Amino acid sequence: MKGNEVLAEAAIRCGCDGYFGYPITPQSEVMETLMEREPWNETGMVVLQAESEVASINMLYGAAGTGKRVMTSSSSPGISLMTEGISYIAGAELPCLVVNVQRGGPGLGTIQPSQADYFQAVKGGGHGDYKMIVLAPSSVQEMNDFVDLAFELAFKYRNPAMILTDGAIGQMMEKVQLSDYKKRLTEEEIIGKWGDWATTGKPASRERNIVTSLELDSNKNELNNRRFQEKYKRMEAEEQRYEAIRCEDAEYIFVAFGTSARVCEKAVDLGREKGHKIGLLRPITLFPFPKDIIGQLAKNAKGFLSIEMNAGQMIEDIKLSIYEAGLVRRVEHFGRMGGIIPNPAEVLEAMEKMFIQKSE
Amino acid sequence: MDIKDIIKPENLVYGSSKLLIDTIMHYCPGCTHGVIHKLIAELIEEMGLQEKTIGVAPVGCSVLAYNYIDIDWQEAAHGRAPAVATGVARLNPDKFVFTYQGDGDLASIGTGEIIHACNRGENFLVVFINNGIYGMTGGQMAPTTIEGMVTSTTPGGRDIGLNGFPLKMTDLVAQLPGTSYVSRQAAHTAAAVRKCKRALKKGIQNVLDKKGTSFIEVVSTCNSGWKMTPVQANKWMEDNMIPYYPLGDLKDTDKKENVTGN
Repeated sequence: MKGNEVLAEAAIRCGCDGYFGYPITPQSEVMETLMEREPWNETGMVVLQAESEVASINMLYGAAGTGKRVMTSSSSPGISLMTEGISYIAGAELPCLVVNVQRGGPGLGTIQPSQADYFQAVKGGGHGDYKMIVLAPSSVQEMNDFVDLAFELAFKYRNPAMILTDGAIGQMMEKVQLSDYKKRLTEEEIIGKWGDWATTGKPASRERNIVTSLELDSNKNELNNRRFQEKYKRMEAEEQRYEAIRCEDAEYIFVAFGTSARVCEKAVDLGREKGHKIGLLRPITLFPFPKDIIGQLAKNAKGFLSIEMNAGQMIEDIKLSIYEAGLVRRVEHFGRMGGIIPNPAEVLEAMEKMFIQKSE
Repeated sequence: MDIKDIIKPENLVYGSSKLLIDTIMHYCPGCTHGVIHKLIAELIEEMGLQEKTIGVAPVGCSVLAYNYIDIDWQEAAHGRAPAVATGVARLNPDKFVFTYQGDGDLASIGTGEIIHACNRGENFLVVFINNGIYGMTGGQMAPTTIEGMVTSTTPGGRDIGLNGFPLKMTDLVAQLPGTSYVSRQAAHTAAAVRKCKRALKKGIQNVLDKKGTSFIEVVSTCNSGWKMTPVQANKWMEDNMIPYYPLGDLKDTDKKENVTGN
């Protein structure tokens, strides 16, 4: 199955209550698949094509505010339109899932795959101090697995979660083990679990629930912000996820996520055949960034090469991770932009030129 | 006779709704928001809807509407209330959902959302307060500001050549097949308040009956923004606003003849 189709299938199977979206290449198959599957007949899941990405994200806000498991998907320009809404969702502390099947920018850019929305995804994106939980799948299987995981994390922290993928994984076909069906929560279950904040209609037994990001009293608003920051710190402490490939004895380590990580995995094999002691650290959560493992690896590794399909964004987080571990290591970046996926040979060549040959 | 002799339960002829929260409203004296809040609170109480109501508040003067009516609320981004309400209503089809929006919110930045929600026939009530001005931000021109009206961004009066024409949103949404009941009301006299309440009640009933979008405009004053006393503002509204925004039902799908004249 295609990555985009799997996102749709995974949503239905994980008990998603609703999807709101707007067509944009290269992710339109998500809504197309849902409309063809007609999950409203099967699980009761609502699927609605909105008039814009701005409307989609606000529909998500409304539905999430009633305690429902809801998602949207889009691609880079559409996500830019959604950032206002995502900021409100973060400010109102609503759980939901936003999928970004990235394409090259800036502006209309190209419909080819890119990772240039890393900063937008992990540093907030919209206005105000907020973070999303960001998961980066590197296979069609992970497109399936991360939908439910993203919802679980979103509800655990009452926070928007993002799956940050790209046009390559969205369009790619691979074998996939689909998840078992999980039942949608009933109204009673939602009230039982989220009744302290979800707007399900006010019974006499509780105070009214208000979903809002507004707090005009600056002292109270600062307290809200402190609470958000504590939550993001908790995510950093508990949710760092990564995959380390042949890093045990590695002197030089690629750091790459998503499509870039697939390229680097091949480059590691090619390099190892040539006798290079190289490995790959693949961040799975981009926020929280897996900085602890990078700090640990930096104890033995001599250098890190960040491979990204952008001009160098994640490299900043790698440098910060090493700095926070109290170490000094050289960190370089190699990337292709504008919708181009680097190939394993050029990635390995970059590693050789920037690190291996210099150390010889 | 002592006042305590008069204030007895048996002498009570009128009380405030239990759903109207006993607090000081932030609205200026003379503002119509308080009256319309009261009507909504009364209707939700009278129709027994507190447990199934979810209100969606806008950005504008009524941004804090959730402080005044004792129901579950969501606060939407500027103009996006119809999209938020769509999300709520689609996933909670048995709830009573309404938006409460001003003219800057609904007729300017949120034009896309309201048109498409009405056109899809989303099953919620829209309460649209039109006072021809941005009250919250200090009295700037709104799309609904009438020709010649002085605001802080049209100090010489609204110039059609420069600013275009005042937008009649209610006439617009009445044309859309998704709306079931579209009415324009006011709340500046006792008679107007009673008529307004009847219109709101019909709108709520239509939503309960799943008839699609009901849309009720309330032509209102903003005496602070208009720089008038409340009495002057009411007079100005009658003389200037209502001729451009005439009151009455524009569409009622319960009636065979569409009442829209245009």
